[in-house]
Amino acid sequence: MNRIDALFARLKSEGRRALMPFLTAGDPDLATTAALIPELVRRGADLLEIGVPYSDPVADGPVIAASYHRALTQGIRVAHIFQTLRTLRAEGDAAVRETPLISMVSFSIVNKMGVDRYLNDAATAGLDGLIVPDLPVEESAKLQEKATLRDLKLIQLITPTTPRARAVEIARLTTGFIYYVSVAGITGERKALPEDLKANVAWLRTQTDLPICIGFGISSPDQVQELAEVADGLIVGSALVRRLADAANRPKGDVVKEVGDFIGELSGALAPKG
Amino acid sequence: MPPAPSSPESPTSRATASGPDALGRFGAFGGRFVPETLMDALNQLSAAYDEAMADPEFVRELEYYWRDYVGRPSPLYKAERLSKYAGGADIYLKREDLNHTGAHKINNAIGQVMIARRMGKTRVIAETGAGQHGVATATACALFGISCTVYMGEEDIRRQKLNVFNMRTMGATVVPVGSGSKTLRDATNEAFRDWMGSSKETHYTIGSVVGPHPFPMIVRDFQSVIGREARAQVLEKVGRLPDAVVACVGGGSNAAGIFYPFVGDASVELVGAEAGGRGGKAGDHASSLTQGKPGVLHGSFSYVLQDEDGQTQDVHSISAGLDYPGVGPEHAYWKDSGRVRYESVTDAEALDAYGVAARNEGILPALESSHAIAQAFKEAKRLGPGKVLIACLSGRGDKDAFEVARLRGEPIH
Repeated sequence: MNRIDALFARLKSEGRRALMPFLTAGDPDLATTAALIPELVRRGADLLEIGVPYSDPVADGPVIAASYHRALTQGIRVAHIFQTLRTLRAEGDAAVRETPLISMVSFSIVNKMGVDRYLNDAATAGLDGLIVPDLPVEESAKLQEKATLRDLKLIQLITPTTPRARAVEIARLTTGFIYYVSVAGITGERKALPEDLKANVAWLRTQTDLPICIGFGISSPDQVQELAEVADGLIVGSALVRRLADAANRPKGDVVKEVGDFIGELSGALAPKG
Repeated sequence: MPPAPSSPESPTSRATASGPDALGRFGAFGGRFVPETLMDALNQLSAAYDEAMADPEFVRELEYYWRDYVGRPSPLYKAERLSKYAGGADIYLKREDLNHTGAHKINNAIGQVMIARRMGKTRVIAETGAGQHGVATATACALFGISCTVYMGEEDIRRQKLNVFNMRTMGATVVPVGSGSKTLRDATNEAFRDWMGSSKETHYTIGSVVGPHPFPMIVRDFQSVIGREARAQVLEKVGRLPDAVVACVGGGSNAAGIFYPFVGDASVELVGAEAGGRGGKAGDHASSLTQGKPGVLHGSFSYVLQDEDGQTQDVHSISAGLDYPGVGPEHAYWKDSGRVRYESVTDAEALDAYGVAARNEGILPALESSHAIAQAFKEAKRLGPGKVLIACLSGRGDKDAFEVARLRGEPIH
């Protein structure tokens, strides 16, 4: 069974929500990424989104765009990322081996490597799915088909600007879970999320049986707690990546611990009450 | 004479075999490779555009502004001394440099800002490289009383400061972009990021035939006025179609505009001049079509300069308007189908053509257009006497005086 399906089945039976941190592969370096992944799993991450650095990420705000830039300046290559993940899958403890990993990757990269090669390498590296944020459903039929053949999930996004009929169609075409984008805009922390967010997700809930996970703008335990009422999972990206901004100049252990503490705090906010 | 793909009279006729199709594809190229957040805005824009172009009142108003405000039609001028210099075909210049704001960019900016107004948008954003599209958009926004924000790379702000000053004078906000290479590509990223969160009230007036569908079609259609006029003018002046049409290609808007009405004329050679920069090494040029490979950038599948992982490469051109690692998808289609030939022109050749045009015709071409003139010299010589060539003089060179002076070691302070 695909690890993503297994995770949400298990969480459902336990009445829990998934905590899904995003981190940029290779920021500040792949050794830190390799140390961060087990630490985040230990501190309560249920699924990890691995950002593949891209030179022109138009959906990303300054925090993640700068993180991608730092990783690329280090000379990071997609092959190095896959190698790091392969090693983690082979040598990590049972929790690390069983935690679903998905890549967030621009279609520019997938297209250049070739869809088949990217998916083969991703599957071999132990990834369970992918999000291609610049590939709308109109362009994704071929990738969807080829991903499914390899038991990889292609997670589609639904946003506040998506008309409802289109949202239903996207939900029909997605696999694994639905990524609901909380705000019309780029990635980045927000103090306040839209007032109609919970109502929109509750509506989407009536249209699909897939898990619905909310991302963009989420950074605090309060937000995580509040959105857990309607979502099956919460994705936290910029708030984590921001903590890597000056990581290159600090002891790696300090950075890993600090990011772990942050995820631990969010995980605590998600723990079932009583 | 074969029929033209579109009637020379009407800016609304645009159906051709080359597309785009319903998915915005020109053959294999084009499409929409953008975040879901932008899809509804693009669908709304497609619908609004189709509706506007089917409305005779909209078309009449657009033609009114093109004529009485921009100064169209722009002349087709027989450059006798440049022809003599090249030593071959007669060179005619399509004088887009004589338009209001000094370049072809205003043709599209007025059209798109009129669409924005029609859609009830209260704000317009734009990216700019050389600043010509930024100035044109700031101008159209001042004309129609719409708020305007222009994203511009810091490196381009340095080398095109006159345009920055003029945009601000017309009330536009110019936002410096300090990420990446600090040029057009980065300015385009920032404009997309703005639009991700603002599309409800904001129209993104993209300045070239790039980006997701329907932008490549919209910009081509508005710029096709160049080719429609040129075709009618050459028939009137020379009595026949030209043997070749030459234009510079960055994103490719003036080239698409002048080529498009000639695409169906099989006897007319179409030649695009890309920025060859300092040479053929990666990072030293911006020749996406002649040196790049098919890939995805800024929402479209086209030729791109990228590395083996699909990361966009840094590019270089003396001309800020050509300093871009991608190109419009219809150019990719024309390249692969063999309809248009694309050549690379170096910084040095363009600078030389700039000086030759100045001394022999009293015309200061933009550095972008100087690439077209340099290529026109080669084509005219190859074609030989008795042949007729049209080069698109897409913009005037006032904006480049500071940069050319700096490169000559005679900086203007």
